[in-house]
Amino acid sequence: MERDLLLGMIKEEQENKGCISEEAIVQMAQSVGISIGEVYGVATFYSFLSTEPLGRNVIRICKSVPCYLRDAPMIIEGVSKVLGIGPGETTSDRRFSFELTNCIGACDMAPAMLINDKVYGDLTPGKITDILRSFE
Amino acid sequence: MPENRIVLRNCDVIAPLDIAAYVERDGFKALEKARSMTPEEVIQEVKASGLRGRGGGGFSCGVKWDLARKANSREKYLICNADEGEVGTFKDRYIIQKDPFSIMEGMAIAAYAIGAITAHIYLRAEYRFLRDVLLGAMAQAKEKGYLGELSIELREGAGAYICGEESALMNSIEGRRGESRFRPPYPPTHGLWGQPTIINNVETLANVPPILFNGSSWYSNLGTEQSKGTKVFCVSGDVEKPGVYELMLGCSLREVIDLAGGVKDIKWVQVGGSTGRIVPGDHIDTALSYETVLGSGAVMVFGKSRDVLDFAYRTVEFLNEESCGKCAPCREGTEVMKEILERLVLGEGKAGDIEALEELSEAMMLTSRCGLGQTAPIPVLDTLKYFRQDYEDRIRQSVFIRGLKVISA
Repeated sequence: MERDLLLGMIKEEQENKGCISEEAIVQMAQSVGISIGEVYGVATFYSFLSTEPLGRNVIRICKSVPCYLRDAPMIIEGVSKVLGIGPGETTSDRRFSFELTNCIGACDMAPAMLINDKVYGDLTPGKITDILRSFE
Repeated sequence: MPENRIVLRNCDVIAPLDIAAYVERDGFKALEKARSMTPEEVIQEVKASGLRGRGGGGFSCGVKWDLARKANSREKYLICNADEGEVGTFKDRYIIQKDPFSIMEGMAIAAYAIGAITAHIYLRAEYRFLRDVLLGAMAQAKEKGYLGELSIELREGAGAYICGEESALMNSIEGRRGESRFRPPYPPTHGLWGQPTIINNVETLANVPPILFNGSSWYSNLGTEQSKGTKVFCVSGDVEKPGVYELMLGCSLREVIDLAGGVKDIKWVQVGGSTGRIVPGDHIDTALSYETVLGSGAVMVFGKSRDVLDFAYRTVEFLNEESCGKCAPCREGTEVMKEILERLVLGEGKAGDIEALEELSEAMMLTSRCGLGQTAPIPVLDTLKYFRQDYEDRIRQSVFIRGLKVISA
């Protein structure tokens, strides 16, 4: 396996398994022919990758300045209330992981968040329940 | 000044996902013209147009291409930088969503000019929803024969602001941590896998077809002495109509904000992203160009009620989080700055804090390895320049409150 495909492999593992396990890291290191430390280094560098299992759906609320100016803290609070967890946590039924993230390039529809790959913009606390309801 | 849509000429005008609609609007005619010229002539044309990098760097596009063209190597690479992580910037997202074929055409011209047959589009993880748009455009352009022997591969990031920096981006494509590299050598001679590589921003590439189609003298007549053409600005924050607006370079900040709903009660504007310059409200007629302020084209507007220190703290916190950690001045510098600013925001400032920020800034700007650390102090130094009183007042209040606590204890 070529070295340059490593990040793609790690991303795939994240998507399929919800995290990058130690076993997967060892296996990838072997198939690429590099050290376990190198693979671990890549797997822990990027914010969309996690060595801890994430929930089936990942909510990432933008906390950067343009969203902050448009009341992102209210959205963060609203999601926390609905899910009963804070940023960095996963619901006990593993339905949602909740994270804060830096600018997602949706400042024209601030405040905004990503759920998995989809952007939700122009958020208000009132919209949160409806949006979250559609996720299994 | 009204909008002047050159880069965005097709946006919201044609169906973005159908190549026939693009072709109907003179699409791929610039590529055809380029292929009837020698690569050197194409580069000369882009040089003469005065086009400069639109991602924030502002380096001459033609000069960069020329370096790669002349580099002695069989293998050369082209990379389209779609890792738009700069805070307050969303123009590349908009261009990809609304006119993906202009990027394909720009890439095909660039690849022809430098002599590359392999190209990558590096798309940030946050823009995953654009993946199908790009793959669809690539497939259609390939099928219709516009790409010739050029193969374009889509590479996705995994969440890292630093990967918008070109050397970190290349490390990421190579399957490594997105850490910056020492420069020189620069990518046009030593880039991806050590080979000559051109990395152009989405908006830069989208400028290339109109330049080739209309000619460099048409383009070089637009804008100012050092800043030719138009710029796609991204307006966000305390305005009525945040969004994307394309204006002639050299336009004033007021003109951009007017399009987004008008100037009222503005305390300051940050232009160019998280490490962009601060323009105070009473300088709102400042021109936007490479000679003055520009960066990525982000225009973040802050109303009268906004707290300068809160802004500086949040911005430095962001940069500290996104520092790749490879060099100490950036890793430790942003950390200490964040700590000082956090104390100031919490009302726990003390005498000497401002001086410490200034001293740190100087060291970071001089010794950081890449643009992140070198420019991280800008929002702090600029807010100190224009709103020093806010910093001093906060420190005085902190000292006063601490004194009260001592007395009442």
